[in-house]
Amino acid sequence: MTALLEIADYRLAFDTFDGTAQVLDGIDLTLEAGGTLGIVGETGCGKSVLARSLMALNPMPPARVVSGQIRFQGSDILAMSEREMRRLRGRAISMVFQDPASYLNPLLAIGTQMEDAIRGQDAAVGERQRPRAAARARAAELLAAVGLPEPARLLDSHPHQLSGGMRQRVLIAMALAGDPVLLVADEPTTALDVTVQAQVLALIARLVAERGLALMLITHDLGVVAAACARVAVMYAGTVVEEAPTADLLSRPLHPYARGLIAAVPDLDHPEHRPQGIAGSIPSLITPPQGCRFHPRCPIATERCRSEKPLRREILPGRSIACHHATP
Amino acid sequence: MTQPLLRAEGLSKTYEAKRGLFRAARAVQAVAELDLALDRGAALGIVGESGCGKSTLARLLLRLIPLSAGRITFDGQDITGLDEAAMRPLRRRMQLIHQNPSAALDPRLTAEDAVAEPLRIQGLATGRALRDRVAALLSEVGLPPAFLHRFPHELSGGQKQRVCIARALALEPDLLVLDEPTSALDVSVQAQILDVLDGLRARRGLAYLFISHNLAVVRQVCERVAVMYLGRIVEEGTAAEVLGTPRHPYTRALLGSVPRLAAHGIAPAAPGEPPNPASPPPGCAFHPRCPIAIPACRDAMPPLATLSDGHRLRCPRAMEVSP
Repeated sequence: MTALLEIADYRLAFDTFDGTAQVLDGIDLTLEAGGTLGIVGETGCGKSVLARSLMALNPMPPARVVSGQIRFQGSDILAMSEREMRRLRGRAISMVFQDPASYLNPLLAIGTQMEDAIRGQDAAVGERQRPRAAARARAAELLAAVGLPEPARLLDSHPHQLSGGMRQRVLIAMALAGDPVLLVADEPTTALDVTVQAQVLALIARLVAERGLALMLITHDLGVVAAACARVAVMYAGTVVEEAPTADLLSRPLHPYARGLIAAVPDLDHPEHRPQGIAGSIPSLITPPQGCRFHPRCPIATERCRSEKPLRREILPGRSIACHHATP
Repeated sequence: MTQPLLRAEGLSKTYEAKRGLFRAARAVQAVAELDLALDRGAALGIVGESGCGKSTLARLLLRLIPLSAGRITFDGQDITGLDEAAMRPLRRRMQLIHQNPSAALDPRLTAEDAVAEPLRIQGLATGRALRDRVAALLSEVGLPPAFLHRFPHELSGGQKQRVCIARALALEPDLLVLDEPTSALDVSVQAQILDVLDGLRARRGLAYLFISHNLAVVRQVCERVAVMYLGRIVEEGTAAEVLGTPRHPYTRALLGSVPRLAAHGIAPAAPGEPPNPASPPPGCAFHPRCPIAIPACRDAMPPLATLSDGHRLRCPRAMEVSP
């Protein structure tokens, strides 16, 4: 079986005035159809840049592909023309973002924006645009599918009349317009209150199950991954350091950075476990550390870690670690 | 009994929301009839979702915005009616830490200058003594001398927040009001800042009013917690009780909504979203989302009852329906 999405040795650099930042340094990831993969990491680890790569949304320049392939349903996204990409975007792959307010036009009614998106999809795949009335009916159907009450009334509303949770549901509905097979969600609940976050995560989980969607969920919050993803990849400074089934990684992280990250999360139910910070700070990607990029902050680093970049290897079935010293 | 460092009684803040040129203004009650007390050296957490009034509360208590009703006492002194000049000597003793340290620092001041500024303005130190004091303050928050001459853009988010904390400490306050102090930081940095805050409180006997939406962080920092919903406290007590064995249905919904690392999947703990403060529901503001609401909950705002152990709870139903 070929995977839905296969990222192989993907390297992306950003050319800046201060030098070239090696933002993604050899990413290898696979996502099966219907699979759910969380990408976690802290600010600047490259997780959003990776997500945007799937939709070819990183501006080039300054971004520049150094090497690698991103094969989606067998074809390499990195080799596609803008025209080919437009057929894919929002259709086979669609995306939701962190801040729903900034992805809706404040001047237009929700219905108008959804109709435009649906008709735009028609045009992108070279079909005749359906009439507005048909697009509107489809929009109402999508709003109902994401659990929004009174779709007809909602279509006449403007974004400011909606709460944050409702706006994010509208954007999820729009993301479903092209019947995608892969949904890329970049911090979809970060701007939401916790009670609403729980609702939106439950919605995403339901859509994934009902529609057989594959999900790539980018987040800084390990709890969100636990709630929505079967597998998780932990990123640090442009590399994937550990990839594993979510429950395994959260209960027994093996990479020193993954261990540090989990130990830093305060535990609401066990306040006696003091969260531990990770000493030091994230490295510059213009002059990244030689060898393992985590070695300057790693409690178990040795001479080898300073000189030789560890390759990610499978040390348990379905579980791989990029660390010279990792043991199962 | 010793008097608390900070006390608010019947504190209210009403904003006039303009509704266009020719329509009457409508009152939005951001904080309503709120009572709280913070002891010297204690840490009180204020939790709640956006729009619950927690940041307005911080600004009211610091007298940064005018209050609509109520009384604020700081160290035994009624500060409700004090004008700016009378407040000035007290401002040294109460400091605010913001969520976003990048916005709180002047981009043209080095870490040293930023921390020296309040000391210089208050005329507390000059020359060599000033420089020594600034270096000591920065070292206390974990920034070695190498950082003295760095500008904000040369500092990470966590380092900037450390500078903000050192600057707030410069005038030796009794009270720090911390408004989401770690929300903009990565989790590994957050843990470091929480350590800094714990150490400072232990050494200096500071009192913290700690505002956050992150319940786990509040559980780490605070002994007491007040939960706010639409401008009112709905539950208040020790952190162990409120966050360990919550009684108010809203507190339960909040805790139930936090995704746990140990659990796969998530079930929404409350339907709907916090209501718009401009058109609050009648009666108990939480009743439209409440799993144990009865018709009476729609009729009148339940009082904030004080239970025998000092726990405060605004829900007669929760007391009937034992957990």
